[in-house]
Amino acid sequence: MLLIPCPWCGPRSQIEFTYGGDATVRRPALDASEDEWFRCVYVRDNPMGPHDEWWTHSAGCRQWFVVRRDTRTHEILGSTAPGAAMPQADR
Amino acid sequence: MLEKGWLGGGNTGRNTTIVRSNYHLDPNAHFYELSLKLWERLSQELNFNVMYSARGVLNLVHSPADMDAAMRRGNAMRLNGIDAKFMTRDEIAQWIPNLDCSADARFPIHGGLLQPRGGTVRHDAVAWGYARAADTLGVDIIQQCAVTGIRTEGGAIAGVETTQGFIATPKLGLAVAGHSGHVAAMAGLKLPIESHVLQAMVSEPVKPVLDTVVTSGAVHFYISQSDKGELVMGGDLDFYNSYAQRGNLPIIEHVVAACLALFPTFGRLKLMRTWGGIMDMTMDGSPIIGKLPVKGLYMTGGWCYGGFKATPASGFCLAHTIAHDAPHALNAAFTLERFAEGRMIDEKGAGPYAWAH
Repeated sequence: MLLIPCPWCGPRSQIEFTYGGDATVRRPALDASEDEWFRCVYVRDNPMGPHDEWWTHSAGCRQWFVVRRDTRTHEILGSTAPGAAMPQADR
Repeated sequence: MLEKGWLGGGNTGRNTTIVRSNYHLDPNAHFYELSLKLWERLSQELNFNVMYSARGVLNLVHSPADMDAAMRRGNAMRLNGIDAKFMTRDEIAQWIPNLDCSADARFPIHGGLLQPRGGTVRHDAVAWGYARAADTLGVDIIQQCAVTGIRTEGGAIAGVETTQGFIATPKLGLAVAGHSGHVAAMAGLKLPIESHVLQAMVSEPVKPVLDTVVTSGAVHFYISQSDKGELVMGGDLDFYNSYAQRGNLPIIEHVVAACLALFPTFGRLKLMRTWGGIMDMTMDGSPIIGKLPVKGLYMTGGWCYGGFKATPASGFCLAHTIAHDAPHALNAAFTLERFAEGRMIDEKGAGPYAWAH
């Protein structure tokens, strides 16, 4: 069971949360090239190791936030509100 | 053939052994139907009993909307020359007495779409049957040999770096589903793929109680009984990126709850074993089979959680593509470029979310 640290509610069981995917994807400008849009919509880094990802506390405060989690071990390395710096450094 | 671990130690030995070709969209229907045809005669072809059992794959229908979708898919299958049969609730109740077909079931069963030629194949036998046949044909199978790098020269494949040294080759095929993303990255490519963990589990072995494969899209559940007597079951992804080959308890609970809602009598069984495998989840839920944008590099992967049933057709199409440096008609639609070109093969219509397919 993942124990996910919601920045507002503290650590809670994963069953309260919904996954939202890679949080490093940035939306290009509306007039960006097709290739930039293709990369934004379809292409992912899919790293083996630390992964910054969106989660929403859907059965709690319903806020979206970013979790840094190791995809090899599921270890959670930190979490933060959107736009804020990740409190824990890379391991 | 380079294998980082041992033969059959990856997804070939971790799947739930189900084969079927009950697809709606043309490219999927024709590709998986070739696969099912190859499964039907694979034991003779390999001279190795892969224990193909055409016990049928039954997709349960739980609502009028489900019924419409099943009829539509069944009709599409029949138009493509694939066997499909709609079964009423009474027919199902007579065939599968353990299944709760009563009107007050938690998920009432309105009927089901059956593919009679679908069924199961013994996964370990497939790995060893293919290995023996390939070895006889002169293929070198090197186990405990991980690829650590891909060497290119002037935009073309020059060879692979491995834990046992460098191997020069002008052509390289990737068949590493689960890890396609990180192996393709060795050639400087980024794919429209995320790796996710899918769990499966077996009960303790019991005498024959279920002689078909039962699935339910509504409760995200599928079950069959192995020849050893275990009930083999699974459900959804864990729904987060993972390379860990193990998942978490909420999905196991979900699968078991779905099992007991459909088959109340199985509540007396003990769960014997659970495990996880890593899935290449593509952005449209269909595989990528063909040439990659490096000369001499080919891949078959992006299987989402349906790779096992594709094994024979995947091998056939990849071999054809490598030999001719051009895809076979049956994998021509499964290009990497389809994502940029807007030619998605999205069976479920779920959109570009890898874990939604």
